[in-house]
Formats: sequence, C-alpha cells, structure tokens
Amino acid sequence: METTTKISNRLTELFQKKSNNLLNIYFTAGYPAINDTVTVLKALEKAGVDMVEIGMPYSDPVADGPIIQQSSLDSINNGMTIKTLLGQLKDIRKEVTIPILVMGYFNTVMQYGVEKFMQEISAIGIDGVILPDLPLDEYTEHYQTLCESHNISNVSLITPNTSDERLHVIDNITQGFIYMVSTNSTTGNDAKKTEDNHDAYFSRIKNMGLKSPRMIGFNIKNKETFEDACAYANGAIIGSAFVRMLSTSKNIEADIIQFVQRIKN
Amino acid sequence: MNYNVDKKGYYGSFGGAFIPEMLYPNVEELRENYLKIINSESFQTEYKDLLRNYVGRPTPLYFAKRLSEKYNTNVYLKREDLCHTGAHKINNTIGQILIAKRMGKTRIIAETGAGQHGVATATACALMGMPCVVHMGAVDIERQKPNVERMKMLGAEVIPAMTGSKTLKDATNEALRDWINNPVDTFYIIGSVVGPHPYPDMVARLQAVISEEIMSELQTITGNPEPTHVIACVGGGSNAAGAFYHFLDRKNVELIAVEAAGEGIYSGYSAATTFLGKPGVLHGSKTLLMQTEDGQVVEPHSISAGLDYPGIGPMHAHLFETGRAKFISATDKEAFQAAFMLARTEGIIPALESAHAVAALETLTFKNSDVVVVNLSGRGDKDMMTYITRKEEFLTKN
Repeated sequence: METTTKISNRLTELFQKKSNNLLNIYFTAGYPAINDTVTVLKALEKAGVDMVEIGMPYSDPVADGPIIQQSSLDSINNGMTIKTLLGQLKDIRKEVTIPILVMGYFNTVMQYGVEKFMQEISAIGIDGVILPDLPLDEYTEHYQTLCESHNISNVSLITPNTSDERLHVIDNITQGFIYMVSTNSTTGNDAKKTEDNHDAYFSRIKNMGLKSPRMIGFNIKNKETFEDACAYANGAIIGSAFVRMLSTSKNIEADIIQFVQRIKN
Repeated sequence: MNYNVDKKGYYGSFGGAFIPEMLYPNVEELRENYLKIINSESFQTEYKDLLRNYVGRPTPLYFAKRLSEKYNTNVYLKREDLCHTGAHKINNTIGQILIAKRMGKTRIIAETGAGQHGVATATACALMGMPCVVHMGAVDIERQKPNVERMKMLGAEVIPAMTGSKTLKDATNEALRDWINNPVDTFYIIGSVVGPHPYPDMVARLQAVISEEIMSELQTITGNPEPTHVIACVGGGSNAAGAFYHFLDRKNVELIAVEAAGEGIYSGYSAATTFLGKPGVLHGSKTLLMQTEDGQVVEPHSISAGLDYPGIGPMHAHLFETGRAKFISATDKEAFQAAFMLARTEGIIPALESAHAVAALETLTFKNSDVVVVNLSGRGDKDMMTYITRKEEFLTKN
C-alpha cells in the first residue's frame, strides 16, 4: 500500500480548505425525471452543499434501502444509463464548481468498461467514485493505479464492524475521504435507530488518529443527526431523506434550497 | 486445469467476493472457518449421521430399465428426489446449519424461489431449534402456496420480497440486506453455488456427497466407478455441482449441464444463462449473467421456479468457458413432456427442474454401452398444480 500516489482534485482541495460541518448530498441520476440531474446538481450548489454524490442506478442495489431502490428503478425506467449520465454532465464544469462523486454498483461500470469510465469521468471533471460492491482487494489489485492516474478518488466504506487493522489499510490507500457507515444497516433504514454504542464507534474512529478525512453516512436525515455526526467527523452524507423529499416535490429548486437550509442553519 | 476454487476465491476468471464492506466481516469470518469446520471430525460425524438417519442417505442409484430400453443405452437415476423434504437441497442446509452452530450464530436467514430451499432451511432450523427467516418474492409466494405453508408449519417466518420482479433474484437481494442489517448474530444459508466466496465452494462441497455416492454405487453395480455421462439441470447449479464434483478431474466422464430455455432460448422468455449471458457481477460473484447492454440484470423465465435465475454459479461459468462441461438447454415444453414420459415409463414424477435433465435424454445420442447418470434432483409433488393446469397446452401433439 506504500505505492499510493497522492492525487489532487476538487475533493482533496476541499478538505484542505474546510475540515468540519461538510454536507454531502446524494441523489439518484435521472430522478424524478430523466433531465433533472443537472437541475438538482445546480440547485444543490446554489443551496450551499459542499459536495454531491450522484447515484448511477442499478437493478439490484443490495446496500440500499427502499427509497433509493425505488428511485433507482424509476431512473432506469426513465432511461438512465451511464452513457446518458455522462452526456448530461459533459459541460458541468462550466456551471458547477463543488466536488462531484458518482456512486454505483460495479456491474454497470464493468459493462461500460472500467478504463473508459475512469477516463471519461476524469475528462468531465468528476472527482471521485463510490463503488460499494467493489471490494478493497479487487480495487488495489486491478483499479487503484487506474483511478490514481486519472486523479479520481476512490472512496472506501467502513462500518462498526471493520477491524482496526483493516481501517489502517483503508486509511493508507484512501484518496478523498473515508465513508463511515453509521450503523449496521442499508441506506435510509428508519426502523434501525443509531446503534446503542454509536458514541463508542464514532469516538473510537475519531480517536484513532487516521490521516484521511471522514464523512458519516447512512440514516443521516435532518439537522439533529447531521450535527451529531459532524461532532465526530469532517461532515456527513444525506441520501434517502433527500431522495424522499424529491419524490414528492412540486418545485424541485425551491424545495432543495429549503431542505439544505433546514440542515445547515 | 483446476476446476475447483483457487486461493483467492476464483474459478478461472469467475467468482470472487464482490460484497459491500458491511458484509466483509461476515464473509471473511466464514471464509476463515468453513474448511476448518467441514474437515473437523465432530462436523463430519454429526453431518454424516444426519445425512444417513435424517435425510435418508445414501439415495439409490436406480437402473432405469425401461428408460434404458427406450434410449438404447444404460440410464441410471440418482434418486435425490427421495431425500427428506423431496430434493437435494437439504444436503446443503443441514451442512450449513451445523457450520452456523459451530460459529456461534443464533439466527438463520435464507432466500428461496420455488420454496424448496426455504423448506429445507426451515426443516434444518426446526431440527436445531433455531429461528428461521426466509425471504421469498411476493410473486413466488402466490404461486408456491403449499411450500409457504410448509415453511410456516415448520416454524419459519416468511418475508415477502416486494422489490423488482418479486422473484428469486429479489429474494436474494432482500436476504443480503437482512444480513447487512443483522451482521453479528445471523448466518445466511445460501441455497445454491452462488454468492460471494466461499459460498460456491462451501455449497459444492456439501452437495458433493451426490457424486461420492454415485461412484461407490456404480463400483458396486458395474465394477467401474466412472459413468460415461452425468446429466444435471442448472439454475444456480447446486445439484449439478454435487453430481459433477468428484468427476471434475476424471476426463472420461462427460458432464452435461441442462439450462432452462423457457419458451425458447431467444424468445425473450428464457433462463439459459450460458447462451444469453455475459460476464458480470451479481449477488457477490463475477459470473455469467443475463443483462442489458447497460449492465441492468434481465428478468429470466422458466416454467420451473428453481431454474428461474439470471445467473449461474461461478464454478459452472468456468466449466462452460473451459469446455469441461457441455451446456445444453431444454424448453418449458420439453421439460414438461419429459416429466410425463418419466412418470409413465418408470413411475417417477420428477420436479420440473429435474425434468430438464431428463429431457436431455431425448436430444443427446448415446452408445448402447454408455453408462448415463441423470441426477434426479427433486420430486414433483410441488409442481402438481403446474402439471394439472398446463397439461392441455403442452401434451397436445402438433
């Protein structure tokens, strides 16, 4: 793991400038309507979020709960594909300056061609990828050099059950941030309250002296849970709660501004 | 050529463990322990005792005289349909629950399509006094009511999968999500040679008793442990993995896998993965997968719910790619007709899955000296409703 080549992109620069209360919002590409991707993205920047995570839909998203499953299915039915998404984002850097990550399951990227994918997202100005079902050893063996050569941050997940030994391995190869999954859960699982020992988990990670920034995600849904997470990490990620809001919104732009203001103010 | 799994969990270019980090500790814990447990004397003693006295093993290798006359060769049926619960599935669930117990797990989850694996899991859980949750597609719950009731009678909780097509693929997604939500106390008993490493290898080893018995039975009957052909149906491929296992390195034995062609391989209603799939990642392993150009998984179709799966186990993808096994297919109609043929020739009503293997006798040619073993993986009681309702359609001559 000593072979990691340090990269520099909007994401790594952001963490150098700002180290706390960072808000990352996840939304599914092509949702609610196929051409909403850029609209949502621009509204999020205008509303003051620090970075965004765009979901590339997959038919079988095992790490996701019902809300993101449904948005993914709707997005696929709307006709969204990686090719369409990259077409929508082609000129995004003329309008949007915040870091952009894309999140998706490995199969869709594999079919698109991993090398072609990394080349093209890098050319567009996307800063990072989150591929939850691409395991760490597959990444280091086959794709780490590729990502680094294109200045793409590959964001790894950790959970309450990740061992200290593995945390250090992840910390060493992380470019961008470590995605701390808040609890043993799929996304947006309301039934699953934060762990009884969530303070212990959050504190343990906070006090490990990791060199990588950390963002806490999964079941962060409002000002209270956002601020709680920010006490232990550099920021937090909201996904399902935002997608749920979009699913009923009659005025996407106004509702996005309001949603973000409620979190941040 | 190595046909078994390598140290990294791969069969050639297929396999691996493509799982979210949330499942890494669970799968890693299993990977570190499964061989140690399976090879331990205490496991072997308990497993073999249960297979013999509870499951009813060894199952007979039956020389099918009238079938042999019909096809002018020597046909033997490996009678997995005579296992307790009516199919080979219980070989695996008994083995996995013994592993779960030794790993200190207290809650069992499973996915099921037709309900055979669900019933076999519920049975093993009842036997061991462990709570059992079975995820089953809402559509499958509707069309497999008797098996749902069997699971409930055995004390299992059956949770409908309401996502996607509401069938086996979605039940598997829900079981994986259940495991993500309950990673510490729960053991996931996967029903086929699919999923992240070590599942395909673990399930193949637990089903390998099938080919182990075939060899010793043939030795007794013919004086030669090797047949010329072994035929088995393949959905995920657990019965085929078990029937092939001890013959993988015996090149004289031709291995024949029969996939479900549904209404025809290229009809758009098929589950013939090696014909229609390309390499992809689903349910934790890289394998052949039916999918769109954009990598979205395609809904398969087969009259047999147990073969209604868009992928195959990575071991089979490798056997296909290397040519070690020959992959053919049978349509809904061919399987249906083979079931009636077997019923009337030998007095055995097969499961619709196993009927696909029987159908291969019709399409392949054999020498009269050949020794052909057909793995009769399950019995047909569960399929009676289909046999009754679709008889007119499939048995009329045209």
